[in-house]
Amino acid sequence: MNVLADLLQYLFSGLTNGAIFALIALGFGIIYNATTIINFAQGEMVMLGALSAISFYHLKPSLPLAFVGGVATVIVVGLVFERLALRPVREPTPLTLIIITVGGAVLIKGLAMLYWGKEAYSLPSFSGEAPLYLGTATILPQNLWVLGLTALLVAVLEAFFRLTLVGKAMRACAYNARAARLVGIPPGRMVQLSFGLSAALGAAGGILIVPLTMGMYDMGTMLGLKGFSAAILGGLGSSLGGVLGGLLLGVAESLACGLISSGYRDAVAFFILLVVLFLRPQGLLGGRE
Amino acid sequence: MLTGLLNRWLLLALTCLAALVTIDNDYYLSLLNFIGIHTLLVVGLNLLMGYAGQISLGHAAFYGLGAYTSGILTTTYGVNPWLALLLGLAVGSLTAFVIGIPALKLRGYYLAMATLGFGIIVYIVLNEAQSWTGGPSGLSGIPSFSLAGLALDTPRRLFALIWLMVGLILALSANLVDSRLGRALRALHDSENAAASLGVNTGRLKLIIFVWSALYAALAGSLYAHTLNFIAPGSFGFMFSIKLVTMVVVGGMASIWGSLLGAAVLTILPELLVVFHDLEVVIFGAILMVVMIFMPRGLVRGILDIWEQQKRWRQGRLSTGGRSAS
Repeated sequence: MNVLADLLQYLFSGLTNGAIFALIALGFGIIYNATTIINFAQGEMVMLGALSAISFYHLKPSLPLAFVGGVATVIVVGLVFERLALRPVREPTPLTLIIITVGGAVLIKGLAMLYWGKEAYSLPSFSGEAPLYLGTATILPQNLWVLGLTALLVAVLEAFFRLTLVGKAMRACAYNARAARLVGIPPGRMVQLSFGLSAALGAAGGILIVPLTMGMYDMGTMLGLKGFSAAILGGLGSSLGGVLGGLLLGVAESLACGLISSGYRDAVAFFILLVVLFLRPQGLLGGRE
Repeated sequence: MLTGLLNRWLLLALTCLAALVTIDNDYYLSLLNFIGIHTLLVVGLNLLMGYAGQISLGHAAFYGLGAYTSGILTTTYGVNPWLALLLGLAVGSLTAFVIGIPALKLRGYYLAMATLGFGIIVYIVLNEAQSWTGGPSGLSGIPSFSLAGLALDTPRRLFALIWLMVGLILALSANLVDSRLGRALRALHDSENAAASLGVNTGRLKLIIFVWSALYAALAGSLYAHTLNFIAPGSFGFMFSIKLVTMVVVGGMASIWGSLLGAAVLTILPELLVVFHDLEVVIFGAILMVVMIFMPRGLVRGILDIWEQQKRWRQGRLSTGGRSAS
């Protein structure tokens, strides 16, 4: 009976982390679909979202305002990053683009360290700290916020891509940029939009998770890499795959942490990543490479 | 060409000798030793990135494997340092072989991510396998090399050893690049499909060069362990892999001698910046971005290209008798 309660507990904390990985994975997927670029700076957007929301909260203690402020700041950073770092590239080979976005990640992280310093910051939970009991397992209200808002964001995103004209234009660009241009869709604008959108998703993920983990300048790297692992696991560019990959990765990590050893927690995601890359690089739901 | 190359070797040898004779400051000699160790790493990574066009974002892992094999074998099992170095090479290259077979089938981002993931796993294991590696606080008391009863434990003696190795590795790499294998590598870099259609076994070639560069990294790692007599996981993390990529980028893609320069510049820079330690990361990131955006073949190459362009432009203007000036 105790084991069951433990498992439930691991499942919940895994799903919570997994939801954040899913948001990050979706961000990777959106940019990949629009540009075939993997933006290694995506994880830093998560960190920037969390820390700037905290700064806004210190200015004026209102959580909704902090949320909006954090997301807006990061959208600007995402757009500027695309404009300054990726548009002027002379030889857009994967090798150069990898190095540029990795450099961008390192630069953003370094600047964040200069601005916020090396201490850890906290943001209050969205609605109190009193745990809820589910049998013998406890759930923090924040876990429910993370799961609920992530589900909402994913639904809104899916509706945006399926139902709105701009969303359909972005999908058209992802299928075939030249054909999209022929029917009057500006691919450059769509690329910009994809960077803004994925920055917003990353920032939202960061702000949702930060009441549970504390925010620090170096929190983004690991989250970003795990989000990328989730994207690969689900199938790069597939949005259902990204969500599934994120949740699976979160639960696997949490179970391994609880049942095997907490020290190797971070290794689990990368172990899964290597196994997927070596055995099925197109991921669980990806059709072909 | 040949005399030019000969001159470079002569210059390197003379500079080393001059440094050995004139520098009487342990700090400077140690700094030069670290430049040497980093050069070994960067030459290897450059063979992989610059010549073969394959990226590794986890190269610090092979460096760490070499260092920890040497460290563990000599401290826990009392193995002779020279033998430990050889075993370090074996561990490094064997791991690269096993990882390389599946990883090098991947291209671009997938390969980058696989090497990155591998690097992080090694880093975590170094931290967590405490009974072997000493965990985050590291492994101390690693013995120095000794040669015919003479312990190589002063910066000056180590300088001789390390730079001899650097000279050997540079010579070996320059030869490799000019060999049949080197030409096949460059073909692979330009177009994998074209190289394959000309009969280059691209899979095997990539694996060879991957193992080769891991071998250099393990050698550097073992030298590092026996130079510093202390190792900790912090030296072998993701950030160090990124620093190595930065060194390649500064020195220039596909440039053996540029690797020496890249290693030197980026080893000295943090020492100069020691006052602004926090700026180091920002500067590394900025270098990576700016150089890759505007000079995708690396800083030195990029500057040379611009210089040659200018020269051609100036010559062009002279030969047309100033017509273009109007």
